[in-house]
Amino acid sequence: MTFVSEHAQGIELRGLTKSYGDVPAVRSIDLSIAPGETVALLGPNGAGKSTTIDMMLGLTRPDSGTVSLFGSTPSHAVDAGLVGGMLQTGSLLDYLSVRELVTMVASLYPDPLKVEDVLELTGASDFASRRTTKLSGGQTQRVRVAIALVADPELLVLDEPTAALDVEGRRDFWNSMRAVAARGKTIIFATHYLEEADAFADRIILMARGRIVADGPPTEIKAKVGGRTIRTTLPEVALADLSALPGVATAEQRGDAFTLTCVDSASSDLALRSLLSGFPAARDVEVRGAGLEEAFLNLTGDDPDDFTATSAP
Amino acid sequence: MKQLTYVRYEVLRTIRNRRFLIFSLIFPLILFYAIASEHRTAVTDGIPFPLYFMTGMMAFGSMNAVVSSGGRIAAERQVGWTRQMRVTPLRTSTYFFAKVLTGYLMALFSLVVLALAGTTLGVRLDATQWLTMVGLILVGLLPIAAMGIMLGHLVTVDSLGPALGGVTSLLSLLGGAFGPLATAGTLLTIVKLLPSYWIVQAGTTAYGGSEWPAEAWIVIAVWTIVTVRITALAYRRATARV
Repeated sequence: MTFVSEHAQGIELRGLTKSYGDVPAVRSIDLSIAPGETVALLGPNGAGKSTTIDMMLGLTRPDSGTVSLFGSTPSHAVDAGLVGGMLQTGSLLDYLSVRELVTMVASLYPDPLKVEDVLELTGASDFASRRTTKLSGGQTQRVRVAIALVADPELLVLDEPTAALDVEGRRDFWNSMRAVAARGKTIIFATHYLEEADAFADRIILMARGRIVADGPPTEIKAKVGGRTIRTTLPEVALADLSALPGVATAEQRGDAFTLTCVDSASSDLALRSLLSGFPAARDVEVRGAGLEEAFLNLTGDDPDDFTATSAP
Repeated sequence: MKQLTYVRYEVLRTIRNRRFLIFSLIFPLILFYAIASEHRTAVTDGIPFPLYFMTGMMAFGSMNAVVSSGGRIAAERQVGWTRQMRVTPLRTSTYFFAKVLTGYLMALFSLVVLALAGTTLGVRLDATQWLTMVGLILVGLLPIAAMGIMLGHLVTVDSLGPALGGVTSLLSLLGGAFGPLATAGTLLTIVKLLPSYWIVQAGTTAYGGSEWPAEAWIVIAVWTIVTVRITALAYRRATARV
C-alpha cells in the first residue's frame, strides 16, 4: 500500500449535477485538479461556472454527484481552513477598518496568516486603517482577496475576481495572485475572458451550458476557441468551391452570402488571400474573431440536449 | 472560544453605528420627559405614573434595540456577507449569538439611561426592585429578539424598517407601554397573552416586591419557543439555494 498524504489528493468532482427547476445548470461534470495547479474555468454567462464553484465551496448542494477537497467534504475542508473563497458578489462589512475586518475573519481560522502579512501580500497595507465603506473598487477587491487568503488555505477559489475592475486594477490583481500561486497554492478561478485565463492559468477548463467542452493547457484551448470567420457576398459561386479554399475549415451559404470558418488567424489570412485573388467578385468582405460564445457553440456541436437548454426561457 | 474575537468586533461595529440610538434611546427618552414630567404625581395601574411610564419607555426602547439585529442580518444577507461567512468556519450559532448579544447590550444601555432619567423625575426603587425589573425585562425580550432575527430572514431590506418598527410599536401600544390599554374585560385577557404586556408589567411587579405570576412565565416561554422555531425554519429556507 502506498502512502498518499491527504493533501496530495487534490480536488475531485464526480458526476456533479445541478438544475434550478427545469433549467440544467451543471450537467454531470467530472474533474480532477492536482494540488498546486492554477486552473481557469472559462465560459460565457450561464455556462455553469458559478454553480460549479458554489458546489465546490459547499454553498449549493448538488442534485447528484460528489465534491472532494483534499479527501474531505467541502464543509469539513472549509472548517479546517483548507479553503478560501472569493464569491462573485459581496461587499464588506461596514463600521470596521480594513485591518479590523481582516482580523475578525482571521480569528475564525485554526491557523491563520499574520494579518499584517496578508495586508502586505494583497497590497492593502496602505489603506489598512481606512473604513471599509471608504474604499475604491480596486481597494475593496484587494480586501476581499485578503479575507479569502487570511486562512492560509491550500485551495483558493475565485469567482470572476476581476469583473468589477478596470484594466489597471486587473493587472494589479493578477500580479498579487502570482505571489499567491508562487507559494504552491491551488487556485481555481472563473472568468469569461480568454486573455485572462491564458495569461494566468496553467490549465483552462472550458465550460458551456453546464458541461466541460474542453480541458487543457492554454495554447491548446486558444487554438480551439481562437478561430476566425470570413463573411462575404459572392453571387453565382458553388459552396464547394469556397470550402475547398486553403485555410477554410467549414463554409456555409445563405443565398449569396457565405460564411467561412478558419481555425486561427494564420489560416484566415491564407483563406482571405485566395478568396480575393480567386473570386474578384467578392464584396462586403468581413473578417472577425469568433466570440467565445460562438466558439463554444461550435465546440458543443449539435447535442440535442443543448437545444433544449437554449429554447428554455 | 477563538470565535469570541468575532463577537467582540460585532459589538464594536454596533457601537460605532449610532443610528440605533434613535429608536432605542433618544425617542423613548424624549417621550418620557415630555409626558412624565407633566404627571409626576399621578397614579397609574396602582403605581406612580413616572415609574409606570419609565417602564413603558424601557419596554419600547429595549424592544427596538433587540429587533434591530434583524435589520443588520437582512443587510448582511443582501450584500452577500452572510454567504461569504459560510465559506469560513464561523458557526451559525456564533453568528446569531453575536447578533443577540449586541441587541441585548444596546437594550441594557437604554434601560440604564432610562432608569437614570426616571430617578430625575422622582422614581425611587431599592436595589432589589431595580434588579427584579431589569431582569424581568431582559427575560421578556427573548421572544422579541428571536422575532427580529425571524423578520430579518423573511422580509427584504427595503421593507424591513417599517416591518420591525411596526411590530415593536404595535406590541408596545397593545402591551400598555404608552399607558394601559385595558384594565379589565376581554381586551385585558387578550393583551395578557402578549410578551410586551409582561415586559411593561415588570415595573408594577417589581414595585409590588414580587415577581411575575406563573401566567407571565408561560406566555414568555411559549412565545420564545414558537418564535425560535419559526426563525429556524426561516433560516433554513433562506439559506437553502434551490
